[in-house]
Amino acid sequence: MIEIRRVFTQVEDIFHEFGPAPARPLRRGAIGAVLTNPYAGRYVEDILPAMQALEPVGIDMARQLLAAMDVPADSIQGYGKGAVVGEAGELEHGALWHVPGGYAMRELLGWKGDRKADAQTGQHGNALAIVPSAKKVGAPGTTLDVPLIHINAAYVRSHFDAMEVRVPGAPRAGELVVVLVMSTGPRVHARVGGLTAAEISKWDGQR
Amino acid sequence: MSAKIRKLIVQVDETRVEMGQALATPTRKAVAMAVIENPYAGRYAENLDELVAIGEELGGLLGGKCVQALGIAPAQAHSYGKAAIVGSAGELEHAAAILHPRLGAPLRTAVGQGAALVPSAKKIGGLGAAIDVPLGHKDAAYVRSHFDAIEARVADAPRAGEIVVAVAVTDSGRPLPRVGGLQASEIQGKDGLR
Repeated sequence: MIEIRRVFTQVEDIFHEFGPAPARPLRRGAIGAVLTNPYAGRYVEDILPAMQALEPVGIDMARQLLAAMDVPADSIQGYGKGAVVGEAGELEHGALWHVPGGYAMRELLGWKGDRKADAQTGQHGNALAIVPSAKKVGAPGTTLDVPLIHINAAYVRSHFDAMEVRVPGAPRAGELVVVLVMSTGPRVHARVGGLTAAEISKWDGQR
Repeated sequence: MSAKIRKLIVQVDETRVEMGQALATPTRKAVAMAVIENPYAGRYAENLDELVAIGEELGGLLGGKCVQALGIAPAQAHSYGKAAIVGSAGELEHAAAILHPRLGAPLRTAVGQGAALVPSAKKIGGLGAAIDVPLGHKDAAYVRSHFDAIEARVADAPRAGEIVVAVAVTDSGRPLPRVGGLQASEIQGKDGLR
């Protein structure tokens, strides 16, 4: 049902943005898989079979992205996801990516799917926050600004970010580009206050 | 002086299927980009030696990043290319100073060898400007299956006083080459052409 035609990865190290360079550069990575859209060119009511078919794609992409970033899973602090639907598809086809993309990444980063707190830290597993997303219908080479947030608390202000992802030449009309992004830290010169990662205390995915 | 690097970006583009045809071996193209400060921004300088030295440094750094991202031994690299986008406070000759005098030798070391010219492109551009980095077989410029290009682009660069420098390396030619010409299997690899 799903055929992967291309896989595009991008890893960037941000040393500074004209301010004081942090001791460790910020690393952000993105992976985009170019897939056939099984529902291109017509309206199909029941599109859930494709969501299931995307599950192994998500797991594979999350692993490939972490490998390309060349960092351990526990150093990932931010994540996001997105999709670009080729012109013979509809926006709803992009929504197929929410579950298989988001949970693949969260599980890789330690999400356990339960509320059992660690006795030492009070932390309920890892990757507790909802994976933010963006989607659009677009032409080959369309850019998508994929939002990023902190993996454990959606209100951590230092980790609100976005990464521009673009696969030259894709999606063609009958294709989907599905995207995952991860980062190793806050914005490179984060300094606008708000909840900090050190202050996460509720472990409810938000604060 | 060494390059003042603000960002490094490495991309790998792997094609597994093209026009419905599954590829026995997926084609893979890597491009590594550095966003650097332009030491000559905003003024005319007769001597561009600082950029020449930066080019030498980046040839090895970016070439090595590509080979690493492809996960190959240097000798397994097939083709290469280079390009630069100069921010609006610089001049086209700044790109030439980086690309042409000394970038090639360390790049060739990074890909094992390379008898052929490293094809190049350059332009003046703003934030998010894209440049198509030309690709040619590293040992024989006339290998037709390896004439190709890969797009390089950094969303937030080059700012006016910056330069984006890109080096591309592949482990393959185009996905479905079928327009004839010299084959990679036929090359001598001595004169850089055939």
